[in-house]
Amino acid sequence: MSEETKSNKFSRRKFVKGIGSSIAGGYILSPAIAKAAKKISKEAKDFSEGKVPLSLKVNESVINVMIEPRTTLAELLRDELKLTGTKVVCNHGECGGCTVLLNNKAVYSCHLLALDAAGKDVTTIEGLSSNGKLHKIQQAFVDEDGLQCGFCTPGQVMAAAALLYKYSKPDKQQIMKEMSGNLCRCAAYPNIIKSVLSAVEKSNG
Amino acid sequence: MTRKIVKSKYHFEPDLIETIGEVSIEEIKPWGSNDELKIIGKPTSRIDGAVKVSGEAVYTSDVILPNMVYAKILRSPHPNAQIKNIDTSEAEQLEGVLYILTYKNAPEIGWYYNTSYLFDKQVRYQGDEVACVAAESEKIAEDALHLIKVEYENLPFVTDAVEALKDNSPKVHEWGNLPRGNPDKYKRGDVEKGLKEADLVIEDTFTTQVVVHNTTEPHCSVAKWEGSKLTVWDSTQAIFNVRDSIAASLQIPASSVRVIKKYMGGGFGSKLEAGKYSVIAALISRKIKRPVKIVLDRREENLAVGNRPNSIQTLKAGVKKDGTLTALSHHSIGSIGAYPDGAGCSWPLRTIYKCENVSTEEYSVFTNTGKSRAYRAPGHVQGTFGLESLIDIAAEKIGMDPLEFRLKNYTDKDQVYNIPYTSKKLKDAYEKGANAIGWHRRNKVPGSSNGILKRGIGMATQIWWGGGGPPAYATLKLNRDGSVNVMAGTQDLGTGTYTFIAQVASEVLQLPIEKISITIGDTETCPYCGASGGSTTAASVAPAVRDAAEQMKAKLISGAAAILETSEEKLIYAEGIISVKNDPSKKITIHEIISKMRERVLVTTGARSANPEGYMINTFGAQFAEVEVDTFTGKVRVIKIVAAHDIGRVLNPKTLENQFHGGIIQGLGYALMEERKVDSNTGKVLTANLYSYLIPTIMDTPEIEVIIVSEGDSMISSVGAKGVGEPAIIPTAAAIAHAVYNAIGVRIKSLPITPDKVLNALTLIKR
Ligand code: FES
Ligand code: FES
Repeated sequence: MSEETKSNKFSRRKFVKGIGSSIAGGYILSPAIAKAAKKISKEAKDFSEGKVPLSLKVNESVINVMIEPRTTLAELLRDELKLTGTKVVCNHGECGGCTVLLNNKAVYSCHLLALDAAGKDVTTIEGLSSNGKLHKIQQAFVDEDGLQCGFCTPGQVMAAAALLYKYSKPDKQQIMKEMSGNLCRCAAYPNIIKSVLSAVEKSNG
Repeated sequence: MTRKIVKSKYHFEPDLIETIGEVSIEEIKPWGSNDELKIIGKPTSRIDGAVKVSGEAVYTSDVILPNMVYAKILRSPHPNAQIKNIDTSEAEQLEGVLYILTYKNAPEIGWYYNTSYLFDKQVRYQGDEVACVAAESEKIAEDALHLIKVEYENLPFVTDAVEALKDNSPKVHEWGNLPRGNPDKYKRGDVEKGLKEADLVIEDTFTTQVVVHNTTEPHCSVAKWEGSKLTVWDSTQAIFNVRDSIAASLQIPASSVRVIKKYMGGGFGSKLEAGKYSVIAALISRKIKRPVKIVLDRREENLAVGNRPNSIQTLKAGVKKDGTLTALSHHSIGSIGAYPDGAGCSWPLRTIYKCENVSTEEYSVFTNTGKSRAYRAPGHVQGTFGLESLIDIAAEKIGMDPLEFRLKNYTDKDQVYNIPYTSKKLKDAYEKGANAIGWHRRNKVPGSSNGILKRGIGMATQIWWGGGGPPAYATLKLNRDGSVNVMAGTQDLGTGTYTFIAQVASEVLQLPIEKISITIGDTETCPYCGASGGSTTAASVAPAVRDAAEQMKAKLISGAAAILETSEEKLIYAEGIISVKNDPSKKITIHEIISKMRERVLVTTGARSANPEGYMINTFGAQFAEVEVDTFTGKVRVIKIVAAHDIGRVLNPKTLENQFHGGIIQGLGYALMEERKVDSNTGKVLTANLYSYLIPTIMDTPEIEVIIVSEGDSMISSVGAKGVGEPAIIPTAAAIAHAVYNAIGVRIKSLPITPDKVLNALTLIKR
């Protein structure tokens, strides 16, 4: 990094005050719990720190939050909303570990600015099961042992969920192609294929 | 419970460890083929599956504590340099920065066998730790790294092991580029004599590349103090190693350090030693009195937390016309990076084939690159490629079927220690594997198939240790309601440890697996178990769990005998109910026994028994590969792998097959695509991300057939299991390489077998 960019970064940074408070939770779930007056003053403070408002739906809840523009969707989910089911492996759009659904399509959340999700519907691994019951894809991953360490698994499961939105009856080739953006270092691939196939069978059977 | 102290030996990776172990006096009769097991050996779904697929499982990198801060490490951009000065003043002014640690203010903590410090003024590879910033957020910490000014004096460096061996090479450490000053040597018989007896002498050189573990969960640590007590959540394969390293580094009692590892996103050997990041997190946390979290990023994973060393292996074999091996020799050079480790890879050659005259010479060489670490069967993966390639060549030269050649040189005893094996079913593996792949279908003349897409079949042999041994303990608690807690200080890397522990307890106590809750990976609440490496976890821990459960059963029976006023022999135990043999109406439940004893929980602790004296415990296997080579593009596609192995008793076929898949596909990556590349002009790694460091994707998945040829090995333990993790990967690359040769008729002697190498090889034939 050149000297110039270094000092730019520095001065911009100096302007950004009290970032710590934002980590402690700069978001308000709707319906807002915070008192209105408090909220206004907090937002005024956030604005002065270079933050911008973002509104989106995460797992069917409306989220209104003030964030730094550079925040990625993965950071919003993990650091601000504490939804740590979404994993970050490469943080660089290379592995699919952070896959979530954006309007029911698979995206790499580490490679998407949170602001690009404005007004959209995000589904994370936590939002896939309902009332404590695993989604059929999740159940298939358990039954067919489609995982080892399980660290890539939330991403795999979300990619598979997106696949089922796209095709009603994908064949093995389509499954492999659609899932090829999700790396698994434990290489549980044969069972991942089996898991998705079995979920497809169950939803058609 | 009665215990005795005994001697026992076992192999952890290539190290033969002699231990004094505390074991139970009463030996438990090993499960035999007549015992009808209900849960052991039956496909059982992972008991931690549901929390993992739902995102509920909290991995170390997911730990969030109140008031927690984040730290990032500044690493050397240079391969060899002296730090003249570090100026952190600007970084300190950045809002949100809390503390910066450098060699200036860090305690002098020796690292890498005291060849360096936690923070050293001398940095020896691109990635060596220079400073660490703790801040309110990870981003601020990252921003602050850019504001630290480091003055380096660059020094000459060397990144290649062969160059590093030359007299005029830059020295990574002042005393030289060999950690002990000499190569490691092994010798039996007389190789020169053996070569003279041979009808044919074959010599060849094979090379393998450096590969990186790239576990999906990065190396990470969260440290938190409460008074003088430190808790560290660590992504580790060895909680007790980490605990003791941290305690020693900080000079505090081990009892003050608690290391917790609940779920982990892969290790493969890279998380066996304590990381600097763990100690750094603890130091900073103590200073600023807030929990500190350090998570390495993908780049750091590729630079600084281990790799499999490369190898340049020159092998020589003396062979008689009838296929008898009269001599074998092995010379290898491998880069261990900047700090002490080992790059030897001659063990397969010393052990697989019957041969009286053997010599090996291994050079583990310092270079200015990231230090190597154990990586899934360290040495054996490289060494098997070298040895098995030479054996294939030898078989061809004397016109013998490669499989027949291997059978001709079969050995029933370990030749290094000259003792028999507890069990060896390699012959069965050869036979069943060959049938499954259709060995007869291979090209009788390599490269003779027509067309652009050429198919071929190859095979290779596997040997590894993996018998485990003491010490390993498990504590079992039985509650009044018949539910069970088992605690063992072991780790689950994704290998199914949680599940087999529950299976063993469930099997012995005949209680439903849902009633059994497992706690592992906690140094404070669990009894000691060793590191999860060397394929020893199941082989060591499962018998300890069985011991604890059998003791519990015995305790219940004695309790019942006292209450029912009868003798223990007259009682039978079934599913938590104890009844009198001839009078089934007289019975008593767990609840009644424990209540009568006025206890709420009964506790037992079981131990792993000693290994038998005078025997060697090994795993064996053979893998067969079928490949298709596109002679236009040079791309190799693996169509099928058959893996036939002797791994003792299968505890859970479901997780076992999965682990085999994983090892095989990692082996496929090693064979065909993975390679850490270092630019020798700059000393920098060119592949420090998952875009340029290629690992197999789902599209590379071949058909895999796993055949287990063994049953429980009752000589080893009451459970009779050997390890699986490492055997799975060992022969894969060699089998694939031989299949490629069988397909195209030119042998590629250097891994990975990338399209450019295939195309180059093909031009050789055309000429
Ligand atoms: S973590 Fe987002 S693609 Fe790898
Ligand atoms: S299960 Fe470990 S990375 Fe996929």
